[in-house]
Amino acid sequence: MKKLLILGGGTGGTMVANHLVGKIPSGWDITVVDPEAKHLYQPGLLFLPFGAHDEHKLERPRRRTLKPTIDWLRKAVDRIDPDRREVYLTGGERQRYDLLVIASGSQIRPEETPGLLGEHWGDSVYDFYTLPGALRLRDAMTGFEGGRLVLNVVEMPIKCPVAPLEFLFLADDYFKRRGIRNKIDLIYATPLDGAFTKPAAASVLGSMLDEKGIHVETEFNTAEVDGDQHVLRSYDEREISYDLLVSVPTHMGAPFIEASGLGNELSFVPTERHTLLAKGHDNIFVLGDATDLPSSKAGSVAHFQSGIVAQNILRAIAGERLVDGSDGFDGHANCFVETGSDKALLIDFNYDVEPLPGHYPLPVAGPFSLLKESRINHWGKLGFRWLYWNALLPARPLPVPSRMSMLGKRELAA
Amino acid sequence: MPTKEYAGQIVNVNEEGFLVESGQWTPSIAEAIANELGIDLLTDAHWQVIQFIRDDTTKQGQSPGLRRISKLSGVSMKELYQLFPKGPGKLAARIAGLPKPQACI
Repeated sequence: MKKLLILGGGTGGTMVANHLVGKIPSGWDITVVDPEAKHLYQPGLLFLPFGAHDEHKLERPRRRTLKPTIDWLRKAVDRIDPDRREVYLTGGERQRYDLLVIASGSQIRPEETPGLLGEHWGDSVYDFYTLPGALRLRDAMTGFEGGRLVLNVVEMPIKCPVAPLEFLFLADDYFKRRGIRNKIDLIYATPLDGAFTKPAAASVLGSMLDEKGIHVETEFNTAEVDGDQHVLRSYDEREISYDLLVSVPTHMGAPFIEASGLGNELSFVPTERHTLLAKGHDNIFVLGDATDLPSSKAGSVAHFQSGIVAQNILRAIAGERLVDGSDGFDGHANCFVETGSDKALLIDFNYDVEPLPGHYPLPVAGPFSLLKESRINHWGKLGFRWLYWNALLPARPLPVPSRMSMLGKRELAA
Repeated sequence: MPTKEYAGQIVNVNEEGFLVESGQWTPSIAEAIANELGIDLLTDAHWQVIQFIRDDTTKQGQSPGLRRISKLSGVSMKELYQLFPKGPGKLAARIAGLPKPQACI
């Protein structure tokens, strides 16, 4: 038997595995390695701090998310030995592979910032990128009656680059509903030089922050958190005081990537832009947050990549040329951005084309409007959880193409 | 496309002032850009950083982010902020005639 080994059973790994069932030639086994018993629907975390109580719907037993013929090894990975085509699991067990997929995602590393993971973590300092973090923050938000709420992005890249903005828009709405918005300062401290990195979206999102009275401190690179004084300090010696700090800590790839010598400075794997091969390896593919690509770390990206990786795995097995260049992955991302008051906007972009206004996926008919708030977009985001469990993860065909389309988009004057 | 004159040479720049063709870059252009950005004199420490990011960009195909610079160039984060105040990643790339680091999105 030949073996396809997939490290990580998150969004990307699960979709690749499910895609290949019934397509991979006989004589090939598919094995997913993941130590976690449950699959977490990560986009749901954002709503928990604002009073959502549907955490039981955000997780499903992993076995149920993988088609029955896929093997699941509930083990953690120690390291990969690419020369011997072997993966060492914790406890010393070894798994040989013929083809490997790295889909081990990204994780928050608050310990990278002095003072962040101190005694105040979970007391006045919170995250919303983990289930326990989002639940702790929900309690803190409930008890927050006034003062300075600072949202700090420590370092880019982060998972879902629009999530911090969504958090602030939803916080503005949440405190308004509670009738205490006038007692609260909302501050966004970001290392970026604007609300977002892509110009058209940055200007739309930036003016929305203005309208909602959210103060933005740009190019703020956090050097340390002083939990006793309730102060953030930047490398250029600016200080921001807070009563409640919501931190988006440094993100890094899985520790086994560094242990295997396969990562960059943040343990993300250098990856070919279009084929999604790990650079310098013809039998290792990478997708989702684990790559070092300049595409968003977002579920939609993992989804668009999963089709390309599955296709390239079949081609590699058949000894055919991989899909590459303009036929390969184009950096396509598409994200709903919650803007509060039950509205959302949608952005759709790739390596080369920034988010533009228009309609998605169909011109005029939409139903979703791009770069513009609407209620339908918000329902789209809420309805997405059903789509995720029932269509995306099982890799059922969807009526949206993997590659970005200019249909329905309005080009901006240069 | 906008152009700009640095050290007696006309170069192509984008809206944010970054050189469009890094082949047009020379050390004297670096000095001129640095002056424009409020850095009076490029010291050896500045050049260590500029040299590192030019080499790294050639190898990697994209300008390095701040963490990569501080981890691999041998210049600490604190020093980077002293050398290139405010935004070391962006400033150093601009002086080195490279595109703005895309350490995001």
